[in-house]
Amino acid sequence: MAEIGIKDVRKTYGSTQILHGVDLNFKSGEFVVILGPSGCGKSTLLRMIAGLEEITSGEISIDGKVVNNLEPRDRGCSMVFQNYALYPHMNVAANIGYALKVAGVPRAERDRRIAETAKIVGLEELLDRKPAQLSGGQRQRVAMGRAIIREPKVFLFDEPLSNLDAKLRVQMRVEIRRLHKRLSATSVFVTHDQVEAMTLADKLIVMNKGHVEQVGTPLEIYHRPRTRFVGTFIGSPAMNFFDTTIAAGGDHVLLDGIVQAIDPVLGGQNAGTAVSVGIRPEHCRLVPAGTVNSVPANVDFIEELGSGRIVHVEIDGLSFAVSVEEDQFFEQGAVAGLQLPSEHIHLFSQETGLRLDDAPAATRQPAPKTVAA
Amino acid sequence: MNKRAVFKSWWLPVLFALPQLLLILFFFYWPAISVFNWAFTLEPAFGGAGERLFVGFDNFRDVFADSEYWRSVSLSLFFAFTATGLSMFIAFILAICVDRQLKGSSLFRFFYIWPYAIAAPAVGLAFRFIFAPESGLIAVVNTWSPDLWNPAKYGSHAMILVIICFAWKWIGYNFIFMTAGLQSIPRSLLEASSMDGSGPVRRALDIQIPLLAPTLFFLLVLNLTESFVGPDTYGIVDLTTEGGPNKATDVMVYRIVSEAFRGLNYSGAAAQSLVLIGLIMVFTFIQFRFVERRVHYK
Repeated sequence: MAEIGIKDVRKTYGSTQILHGVDLNFKSGEFVVILGPSGCGKSTLLRMIAGLEEITSGEISIDGKVVNNLEPRDRGCSMVFQNYALYPHMNVAANIGYALKVAGVPRAERDRRIAETAKIVGLEELLDRKPAQLSGGQRQRVAMGRAIIREPKVFLFDEPLSNLDAKLRVQMRVEIRRLHKRLSATSVFVTHDQVEAMTLADKLIVMNKGHVEQVGTPLEIYHRPRTRFVGTFIGSPAMNFFDTTIAAGGDHVLLDGIVQAIDPVLGGQNAGTAVSVGIRPEHCRLVPAGTVNSVPANVDFIEELGSGRIVHVEIDGLSFAVSVEEDQFFEQGAVAGLQLPSEHIHLFSQETGLRLDDAPAATRQPAPKTVAA
Repeated sequence: MNKRAVFKSWWLPVLFALPQLLLILFFFYWPAISVFNWAFTLEPAFGGAGERLFVGFDNFRDVFADSEYWRSVSLSLFFAFTATGLSMFIAFILAICVDRQLKGSSLFRFFYIWPYAIAAPAVGLAFRFIFAPESGLIAVVNTWSPDLWNPAKYGSHAMILVIICFAWKWIGYNFIFMTAGLQSIPRSLLEASSMDGSGPVRRALDIQIPLLAPTLFFLLVLNLTESFVGPDTYGIVDLTTEGGPNKATDVMVYRIVSEAFRGLNYSGAAAQSLVLIGLIMVFTFIQFRFVERRVHYK
């Protein structure tokens, strides 16, 4: 149980800047997920918390104590690595108990705690095996066991599920969440998988190019993405966008010459602004062609999901993905009508990439244009 | 695709191979057969008869009955184990330092291999000057106390000298293998270990040495073979101590050559050579049997 404070933390390798001043606070016992595409600096940030990576400038504190110059072993964190990093020459029991052995815990006590931990992660039967004789999921459990046996203040997870097959991933996701509930240590989980992020997080942090794009609960981030990037990154299939200008009255934009209503208050303040209009596939509606308030769209192709389907339509060179219900069928090549309900439309400034109705605009920095590594 | 050139004539390939075949014939097979001839025969005391006397295993009996021979064997063993231990220990420390990317490690990585490229007699000659008790770089210690260092006088000093020479030459070789081995250990294992609370020494003992074990075993056998029966040992001893003082560094390889070409005891030297060849075969057998199987070249 520990709070983690990250204050204006930067990281540079030579002349390449990886992190451009990150400020974050994690509450005690929180499950924090850091989400971002590869190369956004999320793993670097995690490794800096762990003490495996030097902090170029700024300050990281755990439980109020600045840890910048502490060795990893003195920080009270434990970490689950992407490739598990199990010691190949030790059996499962020795792997799990290694931290205790290093700490000089007496043998009897150690064996007791290894047995206890093995029970928690479901490895009682496999304590004598070597890592090479284990399946991917079992290795994952050993890595978890090794992390929890020390009863750390902070758990760090570096994309721990990305080497597992899809089914195991879902299963381990649930187990990690359950484990967190039981141990209630502060957990920081890094991933590039937005489904993992949404399902696990108490607090979700979206990063891009070394900047924090948004911090919030998964629902806040889903419903009010602060930047166009976050809108694209969260949700599957990805949000649809088209670029246009808010019409003079401020109550609509035009898509293929047809009026699309938007929030009149917001639009009124921003009439004439060049915007990216975003709408999620699950919020678009497909109706028979010619319906009132619909834009004629050609059905391009269809992705079948069983429980529904994703219909890709094309309007004047723009393509839209639309999630439709199980009982809605469309023919490839047919013409349908696309409706964009105004309450689900997100407006982002084309210039800054920021959400137009994003609260106190003064405190926001513009979205980064520079490319970092 | 099987594009194999087929030569119709038999003499063309033979012609191409001939230089190599001749070299092997004159410098390997002929001497080897001669050694057999010498080992089991004896030249009549005053010569002349033109016939060499077949004496069966008498030469071997003589060799084995000689207490100096057994002293030479034990010196060789002592030399082999000490030189191997020293060379591997220092190489391991250096490899760990380079693996931790301490300052200047890339430069050192480059220089460390150089000694291996130098011929053993040249190493011996250089060290002979460096360690000359009267005028070498080491001479300063004798101003503190006379004869603090004098390999020409003390057998133990002479032994230390040849061990240092051999170790110095082989550190580079060992270093390269160990560095390669250390670098093939995934970094995340060391990181995991440090998250688990271990310091650098603990990591070396718990993670790096166990994972490096196949490489270490391979180097151990190779170093032991080389120092026990290898040509480097001869070259170094010949240029530094010449087996002395009082035969304190008269290792087996050196003894054979000096007995044959200075003592002119060809038969005795030939018998010792055969024993040595037998030992080399044993070592090689061990190497193939146990080492090749365990070392994974990645």
